[in-house]
Amino acid sequence: MLTEFGKAFTFILFAIIFVAAGILTAKLIRPARPTKEKLSTYECGENPEGAPWVKFNIRFYVVALIFLIFDVEIVLIVPWAMVYQSYGIGGFFVGFIFIILLFLGMFYEWRKGDLDWVRPRIVPPRPMLKKAAPVQSDLPETNTLSLEQSNQG
Amino acid sequence: MMIYDFFISIFHNELIAAFLNSIIPVAFIVPFALFAVYLERKVSAHMQDRLGPMRVGAHGWLQSFADILKLLQKEDIVAAKADKKLFNIAPVLTFVGCYAVFAVIPFSSAYIGANLDLGLLYIVAVSGFVVAGILMAGWGSNNKYSLFGAVRSAAQIVSYEIPTTLVIITIIIVTKSLNLYDLSVNQTSNMFNWMIFGGYVEGWHKIALIPFMFIGFIIIYISTLAEVNRTPFDIPEAESELVAGYHTEYSGMKFAMFFLAEYANMFAVSAIVSAIFLGGFQSPFGYLGSTLNLPWLIPIEQFFWFASKGIFFVFVQMWLRWTLPRLRVDQLMAMCWKYLIPIAVVNLLIVALIMVL
Repeated sequence: MLTEFGKAFTFILFAIIFVAAGILTAKLIRPARPTKEKLSTYECGENPEGAPWVKFNIRFYVVALIFLIFDVEIVLIVPWAMVYQSYGIGGFFVGFIFIILLFLGMFYEWRKGDLDWVRPRIVPPRPMLKKAAPVQSDLPETNTLSLEQSNQG
Repeated sequence: MMIYDFFISIFHNELIAAFLNSIIPVAFIVPFALFAVYLERKVSAHMQDRLGPMRVGAHGWLQSFADILKLLQKEDIVAAKADKKLFNIAPVLTFVGCYAVFAVIPFSSAYIGANLDLGLLYIVAVSGFVVAGILMAGWGSNNKYSLFGAVRSAAQIVSYEIPTTLVIITIIIVTKSLNLYDLSVNQTSNMFNWMIFGGYVEGWHKIALIPFMFIGFIIIYISTLAEVNRTPFDIPEAESELVAGYHTEYSGMKFAMFFLAEYANMFAVSAIVSAIFLGGFQSPFGYLGSTLNLPWLIPIEQFFWFASKGIFFVFVQMWLRWTLPRLRVDQLMAMCWKYLIPIAVVNLLIVALIMVL
C-alpha cells in the first residue's frame, strides 16, 4: 500500500529523472569543443581577478540566524493553531504569550540595529591640517569627536 | 473519481499508477512555461510600446519552441575552475524543489498528486530544496556574480518565508486543516465562501474576518513574489549589477532547467495563493456541468478555473515587473522584517482572537 507521502516521493524521483533525461538528450545533440578561453570563469570579458570566494556581508549570516529562530517558532505554533480553540480563551492566551515573548526578542534585535543593513556612511572631508601649526590643534579633536558620535548614532 | 484510481483500475499496480500520476503536472508545466516565456516577452514588449517576437510563426507564437531547439543544441560549458559536482547537482535540486510542490496542489477535484494532510507544511518544507539548489549553483560556479546572487537570493527566500508561513498559520486557525484539497473543496463554488471573503465560517465571525483576510492575502502575495525572485524583488539576478545572478555560468540544457524551474515556481506560488484564498479550482459561480447534469464536465471546468486563476496571477507578476523599480538590499530586508512580519503577526493574533470569541 502506497501512502500519500510515497506518492509525493514519486514526484521527487520523477523530477530527478526528468532533469537527467533532459540533460542527457542535449548531450547527444550538442557539440563539445572546449577551449581554454571558453572554460575560463566569466567576468565581463576580463581575465578573472583574485579568488571568487570573497568575503560577503556578515548581515546575511545574522539574517539566517534570526530566520532559524522564527522557523522553529513556526513549527511550534502550527499544532497550537490547530487545537487552541477547544481550550477557549485560555488556549488563546497560551499562544499569545508565546508569540509576544518571541517578538520581544525580535524587537530587541531591531533596537540593536541587527535588522538594519550596513549603509555607506558619508564622512565629511576633513580640512587639510598643517602639523607645523599647533594653534589649530583643537580643530581635529572636535572633528573626530563628531565623527565618533555619528558612528554611535 | 481521482485519476490515480483510474490508473489503478487500468494497470492494477500501485507503483505504475503513482509514477504515471507524477507525470501529469509536467505535462502541464512544460507547455505552461513555453507559453509564459512567450507571454512575458509580449507583455514586456507591449508595455514598452514595442512588438516583441514577430518572426517565428504568426506574431511569433513559435518563438519559445525555437528557443528550446536552440538551447538543446548549445554547448554545455562547465568552467575549468568550477566545483563540478555542486555545479551539476544544482539544477536538479532546484527543479526537484519546485516540482515537489506540485505534488500537493489540487488541479481539479479529480486530480491531486498526493493528498497529504500536512499539505501546507509540506510546501514550506520542500521549498527549502530551491534555496539549497541556488546556493550550490552560486558556490559551485566559482564566479563572483554567481556567489553574490546566490547569497542574496538565499537571504531573500528565507526571510520572506516567515511572512508566508505566518499567513498560512492564520489560514490554519480559520480552517483547522492543512490539507489543500479539503481547503479547495470546502471553499465551494460560491464566491463568498472563499477565504478572502472570510471563508466558510458562520455568523458574525465571517464578516469580522474579511478585512484581516484581505491583509493576509496582500502579505502572502508580496512575499511569494519575493520568494520566486521576481521584480521588484529581483536583486538576486539584477541584470544591471550581477549579469544573471546565480546562473551566470550556466549554459545549454542546465540553464534551461533553471529557467523552467523559475517559471514553474511562478505558477506554483500563484496556484498556492489562489488555492488558499481564492477557492483554488472552484468556479466563482456554479458549474455548467451541474446545470446540464453532465458530471464528467465538472472536473474539466474546475481545471479551466484553476489554470485561469494561476495564469492571471502570473500575468500580474509580469505586469508588476514593468511597473515597479527594483528594491535595494536594505529596503528589501526592511520591507520583510520591519513591515511584513509585524503586520502578519498582529493579523495572526487578531484572527486567533476573533475565532476564539
